[in-house]
Amino acid sequence: MTSLPEKTDKKLGLVIDLDTCVGCQGCVTACKGWNTQNYGAPLSDTDPYGADPGGTFLNRVFSYEAQTEGRPAQTVHMPRSCLHCDDAPCVTVCPTGASYKRSEDGIVLVNEDRCIGCGLCAWACPFGAREMDRDAGIMKKCTLCVDRIYNENLPEEDRVPACVRTCPSGARHFGDLGDPDSDVSKLVADRGGYDLMPDLGTKPVNKYLPPRAKDTLNTQPLEVVADEPQGFLGWLDKALEKL
Amino acid sequence: MHPAPSVIIFTTLSGLGFGLFFWLGLGVPDVSGGTAFAFFTIAYALSCAGLLASTFHLGNKKNAIYALSQWRTSWLSREGIAAILTLFLFALVAVPRIFLGAEMAISGVLGSIFALLTVFTTSMIYAQLKTIRRWHQPLTPVMFLLHALGGGALLAGEAKIAGWLLLALTLVLLAMWRIGDQRAAARGTTGDATGLAHLGEVRMLESGHTARNYVVDEMVYRVGRKHAAKLRMIALGLAGALPAAILLLTPPGHITAFLALALHLTGVVTGRWLFFAEAEHVVGLYHGK
Repeated sequence: MTSLPEKTDKKLGLVIDLDTCVGCQGCVTACKGWNTQNYGAPLSDTDPYGADPGGTFLNRVFSYEAQTEGRPAQTVHMPRSCLHCDDAPCVTVCPTGASYKRSEDGIVLVNEDRCIGCGLCAWACPFGAREMDRDAGIMKKCTLCVDRIYNENLPEEDRVPACVRTCPSGARHFGDLGDPDSDVSKLVADRGGYDLMPDLGTKPVNKYLPPRAKDTLNTQPLEVVADEPQGFLGWLDKALEKL
Repeated sequence: MHPAPSVIIFTTLSGLGFGLFFWLGLGVPDVSGGTAFAFFTIAYALSCAGLLASTFHLGNKKNAIYALSQWRTSWLSREGIAAILTLFLFALVAVPRIFLGAEMAISGVLGSIFALLTVFTTSMIYAQLKTIRRWHQPLTPVMFLLHALGGGALLAGEAKIAGWLLLALTLVLLAMWRIGDQRAAARGTTGDATGLAHLGEVRMLESGHTARNYVVDEMVYRVGRKHAAKLRMIALGLAGALPAAILLLTPPGHITAFLALALHLTGVVTGRWLFFAEAEHVVGLYHGK
């Protein structure tokens, strides 16, 4: 049913550290690999070796450049995937009941046996987190690796989403954001974790940790050595003026 | 937004069809027998062709039956139910009117209410989306309803009523574009969307894809913006102003009505294409657009 649960027992989600992320795309690859071989229809590629390749991904890393006047520019890598919103508009717009939010842990999922591939959920999502698989005609989205995190066939350290497990810089954290005493909640409190586009009222569960403030160099940039050309260049400058 | 032909055909044809149903339900024009048969056939043909077209872009048509299940939250689901109920109600009106000469006044009015409700639910599929600020305004349903009422009246042969309704449509389109432009301009920056605005001016350095993908194709579609101003004038003139002038200023006749209808249809398709093509989705901000 596409009504949202009134409350969820847990709020499982990700905390992504924009200070630590190096933009290596490891999480993108791990996500594609796990979710192509496991839960639901595989994430297809179209024309992968041809002239016009394309494909479905549940997680993509964007890079942004931020600059304040008079200061050096700063690069921020931002992995973007489903935020498992508490007030998920993608769920309520779904006509078939394929999109749902689980009351036990808050994960937003798509029941692929019900999805008609109308695409309205992708329109309702402000974050571009849902992609229609061109091959299966089904809406795909981050499952928070629901088939890993509860999977007792895996060693305990692997029972986290594939993106978190693979991240080499420790920029991705997984846990219960509904529990104020959880490690992820403490991390969010310590670092001032924030919601994306809070004004749209979707109440994202995933949080982003802002880049830490950069220190400023106390040495001045190189002074201009000479405004006026001297010697041979000075003579050349004057000679060319006269021509 | 990507202007999918299936959705343009759907909203145009079914809008006209349900608009015609609205007037037929009220007994405008008051017809029976063969004439009623012709009118109802046109209304059914338009609305059913539109509804069929709307299924063309579905990725997984075999699950379509489930689309009627989520009326509690989903406008798309409500639309499906309202459309089917309207078509069913009008079967109960059309058959007695055509074959028995019965008036079916009460069921007719009920059918008319459902026909308008269907158009309203269609419009709410778009108007509900907070992600597309241009659409998320009260005039969106008004615009869809006036299209249906005006076009329906034109098909029903009510030249003067259609003229006034299309004049109203002209004004609503102008107002909607004006408000839409303001709303779209206020949708924020890449800095706002990423939450990085405190670091200064934010621009996209690299997108998370090297090839085309669904989100970009579907929601960062920008082709329509280049000629938006010209297309708006074309849509406004053809869908609203010109047919309104013809219908209100010339004596009613089949030739003028047909001309007005042809202009109106061309204008509606242009306007509908533009409705999608110029709509900005907030996800574009993450793409620096």
